[in-house]
Amino acid sequence: MMTSPSRPQTLAQKLIARAAGRSHVAVGEVVTCHVDLAMFHDSSGPRRLKPMLDELGAEIWDKNKVVLVLDHYVPAQDADAKQIVQIARDTAKQWQLPHVIDSEGICHVVLPERGHLKPGMFCVGGDSHSPTGGAFGCYMFGIGATEMLGVCVTGQIWVQVPRTLRMHWSGRLQHGVSAKDMMLHMVGRFGMNGGQYQAVEFAGPAVRALSMAERMTLSNMSAEMGAQAGLIAADETTLQHLRGIGVAPEHLAGAEQWFTDEEAECEQQDFDASTLSPQVAAPHSPANTRDVSEFADVVPNIAYIGACTGAKLEDLRAAASVLKGQRVAAGVQLMVAPASAREQAHATQEGVMQTLLDAGATVLPNSCGACAGYGATFPEGSTVISTTARNFKGRMGPASVNVYLASPFTVAASALRGRISDAREVLA
Amino acid sequence: MTSRAFDNARVWRLGADVDTDALAPGAYMKHGLEVIGWHCLEAVRSDFASGVREGDVIVAGANFGIGSSREQAAGVLRHLGLAAVIAPSYSGLYFRNAFNLGLLLLTCPEADKIEEGERMGVTFEGDTPLVIRANGQRLACAPIPEFLMDMVDAGGLLPLLKQRKPA
Repeated sequence: MMTSPSRPQTLAQKLIARAAGRSHVAVGEVVTCHVDLAMFHDSSGPRRLKPMLDELGAEIWDKNKVVLVLDHYVPAQDADAKQIVQIARDTAKQWQLPHVIDSEGICHVVLPERGHLKPGMFCVGGDSHSPTGGAFGCYMFGIGATEMLGVCVTGQIWVQVPRTLRMHWSGRLQHGVSAKDMMLHMVGRFGMNGGQYQAVEFAGPAVRALSMAERMTLSNMSAEMGAQAGLIAADETTLQHLRGIGVAPEHLAGAEQWFTDEEAECEQQDFDASTLSPQVAAPHSPANTRDVSEFADVVPNIAYIGACTGAKLEDLRAAASVLKGQRVAAGVQLMVAPASAREQAHATQEGVMQTLLDAGATVLPNSCGACAGYGATFPEGSTVISTTARNFKGRMGPASVNVYLASPFTVAASALRGRISDAREVLA
Repeated sequence: MTSRAFDNARVWRLGADVDTDALAPGAYMKHGLEVIGWHCLEAVRSDFASGVREGDVIVAGANFGIGSSREQAAGVLRHLGLAAVIAPSYSGLYFRNAFNLGLLLLTCPEADKIEEGERMGVTFEGDTPLVIRANGQRLACAPIPEFLMDMVDAGGLLPLLKQRKPA
């Protein structure tokens, strides 16, 4: 018998087994799971789903389990974008969706911010950075619009039970080094498909020491490793955070069961956070990563702090700690697009926004902005240092734009000095 | 099974790590597949969009389709009439999207042997696809589960859901 409940399982197996209504699932088998929550946005959502649902004469299986976020085409830059946004708003009304978050931030940040994600859930998102939900002990992954149609109609989706690639981080990050550096390092080491569409799990003392925002950065960029999900076991940090944002205790009951059993089979990789330097990914791949010191002769003309990956409150604080009382170098334009309105409001209260403004920042709307490349992008020939997740050729502007990916610390330090710089030197 | 087979397909060779921004550039994402099709792969292979014909195949290096969840990156290849994509590996997200849109992806460890412009075919032995090269060489591909081939046969998940809809 392979269904003994006492058989050791990975976190991924436990989450999938629960959603499949089973006591145990085996790696490699294909199972059908019940979806606890489906998130889609203005680009992947109504404009694609509505015509297909209408064609089928079908309705959403459970409107309470659906969250619509308007973040990709807002604020609308032209008539086409305006129409896409209008379709999303009209459809939300017509479908009477109870959970709509309109122009208040990026889906992967506002979804957990509103308490939609709790440990143990099985979720899908109509966006590739949906693994971000893994930071909350959820099995969450990205799907396309047609597959989302399948979920909307049936409330179910198939998965092949993944192997678990366990990224074990010992030690402790130095001040000025962050989760983004850990992730760029891992993507550089394993490549953009190193995750092989399996489950990556982040573990070890250095991961447990991270805040929820930093954990979200790890899970978020699991997408750049080609993993299906990027999981972190729920712990006291998770629960404290969720209680803090008002999640009711009954929704957190049993959260402590969502971890990988000691004896479960994993492929473990070991890292030492103490010796990690800030990392930079050169154009045009997030896997093109090396230590920051190797880029000292790169002179950016734009420093961009934005996206679900790199513009949460903690990211803004990191940038402000580097820029405090100073102005960016001549010839560098600093742009800040806070990931959500709430995060921005907190940053304003704390004086973080003022610090960034005093340093010369231009503040942009709480949306995907230049990172998605759907609307306003960077001008021809720009050299950009950015807190975002992807630097593919032609993504954030014309093919002549060169984007270097780095942490908010590194982006701020580079803006300050006018060349790619190590924030540890500024913070020292 | 024979309906899934094809021959005399013209090969477009691409390198490794072809990303979804190259297949469906963000600047055109607000438009439909026709406009996206005019710009498909323009950042990596500028002669593709204007030269591709119904029944052609793309043969690429590893990690085809990395990046975004935008399924237009798969839909545009069906729109342009591609018979299949053949590569040693795919982004998992792209793989799901392709079958959901009825685009056949063949996972072929020896795809690198296939040459630009060559005429090749595909046949099936059970659930295992085989590439038949112009020189007669046969290259085995990973088996494709039946429920995914059903989507290819139906033309994607939407037509399949329609077929299965209770009357």
